[in-house]
Amino acid sequence: MSIIAINNLSFAYGKQKILENIHLCVEEKDFLAIIGPNGGGKSTLLKLILGINPVQEGTIRTFGEKPTKNLSKIGYVPQNTNVNTDFPIKVIEVVLMGHIGTKRPLFGYAKEEIMCAMGALAQVGMEQFAEHKIGNLSGGQRQRVMIARALCAHPQILILDEPTASIDIDGQKQIYELLQLLNKTITILVVSHDISVILNYANKVVHINKRLTEHTLTLQEKTKAHFCEVELFNDIKRVGQL
Amino acid sequence: MIEALSYDFVQNALIAGVLVSIASGIIGSLIVVNRMVFLAGGIAHTAYGGIGLAVFLGIPIFLGASLFAVVAALIIAFITLHHRNRMDTFIGLMWAIGMALGVVFIDLTPGYSVDLMSYLFGSILAVSQEDIYYMGGLLVAIMIIMTFWYRDILAVSYDSEYATLRGINVPFFYMLILILSALTIVVAIKVVGLILVIALLTIPVYIAERLSTTLAKMMILSGIFSSFFTLCGLWFSYRFDIASGASIILVSAGSLFIFLLLNRLRLV
Repeated sequence: MSIIAINNLSFAYGKQKILENIHLCVEEKDFLAIIGPNGGGKSTLLKLILGINPVQEGTIRTFGEKPTKNLSKIGYVPQNTNVNTDFPIKVIEVVLMGHIGTKRPLFGYAKEEIMCAMGALAQVGMEQFAEHKIGNLSGGQRQRVMIARALCAHPQILILDEPTASIDIDGQKQIYELLQLLNKTITILVVSHDISVILNYANKVVHINKRLTEHTLTLQEKTKAHFCEVELFNDIKRVGQL
Repeated sequence: MIEALSYDFVQNALIAGVLVSIASGIIGSLIVVNRMVFLAGGIAHTAYGGIGLAVFLGIPIFLGASLFAVVAALIIAFITLHHRNRMDTFIGLMWAIGMALGVVFIDLTPGYSVDLMSYLFGSILAVSQEDIYYMGGLLVAIMIIMTFWYRDILAVSYDSEYATLRGINVPFFYMLILILSALTIVVAIKVVGLILVIALLTIPVYIAERLSTTLAKMMILSGIFSSFFTLCGLWFSYRFDIASGASIILVSAGSLFIFLLLNRLRLV
């Protein structure tokens, strides 16, 4: 069974078509990168997979069922984690939000939940920041906390929307290395415009601009990655000129 | 000052001031972190329609004002969830219509010339025993709700999209925050008046936010600052014979400037 199976999916906001005839399968332990120009429909596709937007045409199955059925098996890291940095909240509290709340006590958090959240922070190397205010962290550190929040519920797939959009080069590399490590046990799906970086880590790359083009990268093909990159850049440039 | 404390109305004013300050510290924190200050302004002014209706029908003021404020909160919740991009227009409308209704109702009330100023700028010295029971009951209700649903309210306030994905009923909690805001605004109107209520809900909260690492701490600090400003404001009001609501707000604003100055000098 595929972790995510998308069949003949189309989506429109009003009359404007955003996605057309999308077919996509994500298998266990994949590291899938979705790339494409701004407004090409990448974030919309994620929202459909997460059940935030309703499916209009075609089907999406996550773990063989409708998207809203299996949200607890999906870890999500949203875009723009740099908003609302004034909010008085500690790192550990942000991570605790990742729990689905099945073991919750009458008030506050259960001991298991706190242990689990600390474990997730350790996984991303941020446990020493547990008591810090989230607004005082750097962009890269904050992004790692958001990954810990997603890991908190022990997901089978991690979905990240532009995880390195506002992070410096060193921070970006750290994030991708962390994802590579996590990929040993869970499936990863990353949306990014960051083509050069992603090609070193992903085993499957798809390009979305209303329609979907697939580029599977086997080990041999990775040597040709540069060519692929140029081709994709040209795609994006073409769209830019239109 | 000591002899003043023996009067019932002064004791009532002090108790009411502290009760309302703690409630507005907790709810003001939620309003500020959820970026709802303009919404709170809309609710406060719409509530004036309820004050007018209560005077016209001869029912308790708190009842009429609470009714209008809660309906305003529900309408705002509906607009936020369905027509978010037009929110400022609708709130502006409610703001004006509420005030206009209030004025008309009071004009229509035969033989009664109500002191409009006391609702615009507060009348803490006219707090009755029943008012205090109402304020106390509201504060207890807020504390119980915050204790049991703290983690949900925190999740909804910090990242509502993520809260939805974790199975939290976001519209319910959003509505709950707005209704509690509406009820708190109504009691705060008694203390500082509807024009100044926004200041009471934001100034102590802003200082507390800068000093807090958690929402709970921000709420507690806001309550403490707010109580302190209210009591100081009342003392100035008594000592110099000036309006209590305005006096409380000026003490708060003065403290904010001192805080910002110390902050700039890196002393806090």
